[in-house]
Amino acid sequence: MNTETSASNLKEYVTATIGGQLFGLPIQQVQDVFVPERLTRVPLAPPEIAGVLNLRGRIVTLIDMRDRLGLQPRAGDAPVMAIGVESGGESYGLLIDSVGEVLKLDDAAREPNPINLDPRLARVSTGIHRLDGQLLMLVEVDRILDLGIKSMAA
Amino acid sequence: MDDLLREFVTETNESLDVVDVELVRFEQDPNNAKILDNIFRLVHTIKGTCGFLNLPRLEALAHAAETLMGKFRDGVSATNEAVTLVLATIDRIKKILESLEREQREPDGDDADLIADLERMVSKLASRKAPVEPPQYTVGTLTPQVLERPLRLGEVSLDELERAFRETPVDPPVVKPAPAKAPPAEPAALKDIKDDDTAKSGAQSIRVTVDTLEHLMTMVSELVLTRNQLLEIVRRHEDSEFKTPLQRLSNVTAELQEGVMKTRMQPIGNAWQKFPRIVRDLSNELGKQIDLEMLGAETELDRQVLDLIKDPLTHMVRNSADHGLETTEQRRTAGKPPNGRIRLSAYHEGGYIIIQMADDGRGLDTGRIKAKALAQGLVSEADLAKMSESQIQRFIFAPGFSTAAQITSVSGRGVGMDVVRNNIDQIGGTIDVKSVAGVGLNFTIKIPLTLAIVAALIVEAGGERFAIPQLSVIELVRARHGSEHRIERIKDTTVLRLRDKLLPLARLSDLLGGDAVGDVESGFIVVTQVGGQTFGIVVDKVFHTEEIVVKPMSSKLRHIAMFSGNTILGDGSVIMIIDPNGAAQTLGKFAASQLDAQSAVQTTPDVTAGQSTSLLLFRAGSTQLKAVPLSLITRLEEIDARKIELSNGRHMVQYRGHLMPLITLNESVNVKGEGAQSLLVFSDGSRSMALVVDEIVDIVEEHLDIQVASGDAGIIGSAIIKGQATEIIDIGHFLPQAFADWFRRKDQTQRPKARSVLLIDDSPFFRDMLTPVLQAAGYAVTVTGSAHEALALLSEGRVFDVAVTDTEMPDMDGFEFATAVRADARTADLPIIALSSVVSAEAIERGRRAGFHDYVAKFDRQGLIAALKEQTDVGRAA
Repeated sequence: MNTETSASNLKEYVTATIGGQLFGLPIQQVQDVFVPERLTRVPLAPPEIAGVLNLRGRIVTLIDMRDRLGLQPRAGDAPVMAIGVESGGESYGLLIDSVGEVLKLDDAAREPNPINLDPRLARVSTGIHRLDGQLLMLVEVDRILDLGIKSMAA
Repeated sequence: MDDLLREFVTETNESLDVVDVELVRFEQDPNNAKILDNIFRLVHTIKGTCGFLNLPRLEALAHAAETLMGKFRDGVSATNEAVTLVLATIDRIKKILESLEREQREPDGDDADLIADLERMVSKLASRKAPVEPPQYTVGTLTPQVLERPLRLGEVSLDELERAFRETPVDPPVVKPAPAKAPPAEPAALKDIKDDDTAKSGAQSIRVTVDTLEHLMTMVSELVLTRNQLLEIVRRHEDSEFKTPLQRLSNVTAELQEGVMKTRMQPIGNAWQKFPRIVRDLSNELGKQIDLEMLGAETELDRQVLDLIKDPLTHMVRNSADHGLETTEQRRTAGKPPNGRIRLSAYHEGGYIIIQMADDGRGLDTGRIKAKALAQGLVSEADLAKMSESQIQRFIFAPGFSTAAQITSVSGRGVGMDVVRNNIDQIGGTIDVKSVAGVGLNFTIKIPLTLAIVAALIVEAGGERFAIPQLSVIELVRARHGSEHRIERIKDTTVLRLRDKLLPLARLSDLLGGDAVGDVESGFIVVTQVGGQTFGIVVDKVFHTEEIVVKPMSSKLRHIAMFSGNTILGDGSVIMIIDPNGAAQTLGKFAASQLDAQSAVQTTPDVTAGQSTSLLLFRAGSTQLKAVPLSLITRLEEIDARKIELSNGRHMVQYRGHLMPLITLNESVNVKGEGAQSLLVFSDGSRSMALVVDEIVDIVEEHLDIQVASGDAGIIGSAIIKGQATEIIDIGHFLPQAFADWFRRKDQTQRPKARSVLLIDDSPFFRDMLTPVLQAAGYAVTVTGSAHEALALLSEGRVFDVAVTDTEMPDMDGFEFATAVRADARTADLPIIALSSVVSAEAIERGRRAGFHDYVAKFDRQGLIAALKEQTDVGRAA
């Protein structure tokens, strides 16, 4: 998806806090937000994969966003939320610290990633919005889910 | 797409499939007006609907075909040529339908060629009409008219009725001859009734999209989960009034679940539907007469499995018709009925469906398979010689293997049975072949009824639950300290002693890369079999068996070989399904080396091909590694050193109700005074002796190549094992030390003069191992390393009481040796005992023909001694 050529300049983002940083996901990519329960750890899985769970009869694969973004691991008892997304007919849950409000942002105000951004953040981010008092990092679901499994399996 | 059009396409495709089958039937049974009526009606319906939907191409084709078939109805006999033409028309219609489905309109083009052919055929048949006898309709045609398959949408029912009326007078003698022909008419009538039944059930079904069913299935799973949650809640409230209604809800849910599962099932006949047409076309093309027989077409299996099995089966039927069956002339010369037969059958067995495909053709050409297997380097000549007929036949499943001498348009395009096997493997099935040259061959395919639901054992390891498919589980063993089944450690690996076999073990949590600590000495062992491998998976807890709904792994997790999928349990949690194949792979080389001797013997070329030996590595007396073949060891023991007693200057221990002597390799080995003492136990019947060792190091699978012979008694020589020089221990040397008195007593009483044995074995290891054993048993042993040497000795005039020979040797093998010995008048009476790592009924039979008196497994020392005794006693008596 290329946001730059989009006709409308106002875009809606679901915001989420992960390790103190605010992130924004395009709203049309978000299915639902849920509290992950009865998580099953998957042995031998890549470290980013926190496990799987049953969400209304579907098996959802959970991605630990802190690990994926190279942030500090979450404290054991810290609250956790999940943003449900879909890709290639499969359901995924992105583990975040908390979910925030939905923001309408002008695409024209979007700024490119600073060149010195941590590569682990840069590989999932499509740009930055300056909000009052903090920065919002825009992320893409496809980039988050591109774990490079194929090269691992080979 | 327009709903009407879609409906039309689906329906017409179905009708055409029926027409295909019916036409072939009609061709074989041209007097059966009932079949023809059915075909006619179907084609007519297609024509009518085409006109209605404005599809001129289809309409014109259907019309031309109908006209030609009208001639058949008028009593012109259906020629092969004419039927082929109608079939070609149906193919064309199908093609048009395909693009109609894609593009929602008829493709451009024109069918003048085909229509012209059809018209030409009509006039040709019309001109032949005169000499053709008036139609001789069979008895019973009239009765079924009204009971015909009901019309789908009723478009042509009036027309049909009218036609029926019009035709009634055509065959007036219906009633009269009936009583005369009563007995033969009987089965026909029965069949009609049957047809009628199926027709009724056809009318009672409706078409539902697969998506709808899948959705239904998901909803039912949801319902099951919700019910389980409710049950859980009610369980906490003792006196709940919900209890009774909930119990009912529970039962209804279970029934609903079963019902929805059933909707996924389809008769295997759906996959066979196209075969009559395929076989008919092939028999025309190849000039062979082929009868196709299909049994058990109603046997049901899961839709998904059905789809996957369709192509392999088609391939096999084609193969059979093309390569398997002989031409009519060839069959006549071979004294077989001129018509070749292909028979498909299916039936249920346990949770499997068994599909058999048999033909009465020439069978597999074992000679050619051998040549091809050699040419492709799949097997060595020596190994090939050891293989049974059926093992050789299994090469047809090897990748890229095709024995067809010439490539025809029908088959032999380089894809062969390997593709078939792959497809079947993928759905967890097996395929086997049996073939008798000149008589025919028989494929047996065994596949699970459904991929979606499997019975699985729910276990726990490292605090998490997993499902192990029940199909690969042989048994469950509870291991505990001091119980009959004990887990023992050999360095880092664990084995289970199960009924005197050593079974390799792995903790499930280890296989899953975990570092869970637990009591290694106890736990539940899930004895698992994958192909020829048997191993034990150690788990912490075993819960129960459950029918689980298999859900595919997420694409992010699919690379993990240990799992084949995941599932949602009754309590709503997700668990992983262990893939036994993946577990076997992870267990890896260790598992391969641990195959017990017996299964290594029965199985497969690749096990015997390696010629490697499982060796137990240990230390005793020095830091130098020592090794002994694992197959010679009966048990590994660890005993409390305080139980070791000194009796008459020898170390003894009470073991299983007997006194067992302990032997040390040399003086530098100390028998411990306290703590645990490791022992290797060797048994011979009820007698056991134990070798005292300091430490058991490992079990390895190595090609044994003794490089440096040893001067020391008790050591055969040194070999490099795992990069380290290792002394190979000669157990034969130590056996008489322990059993000295036993042997001696026997020898003295029974044997005034030692019998002479000629031992032939190309392996120095076995020569050195057997020699002392035979000597200890009181024989004078002469050793040769090849059959040629042995023959040379015999021709020099040396006389032996008995010869013991290995069967597998380079240059001249044991069978050839036996044949040569028998051929020479001087040695024709010499008893020969064969030693072989392959002991199968076929090998024994072959050996008997070659002139062996007895056949003994290589490591069966006791068996050898017994056989020697028998043969030499016979010799003496004679």
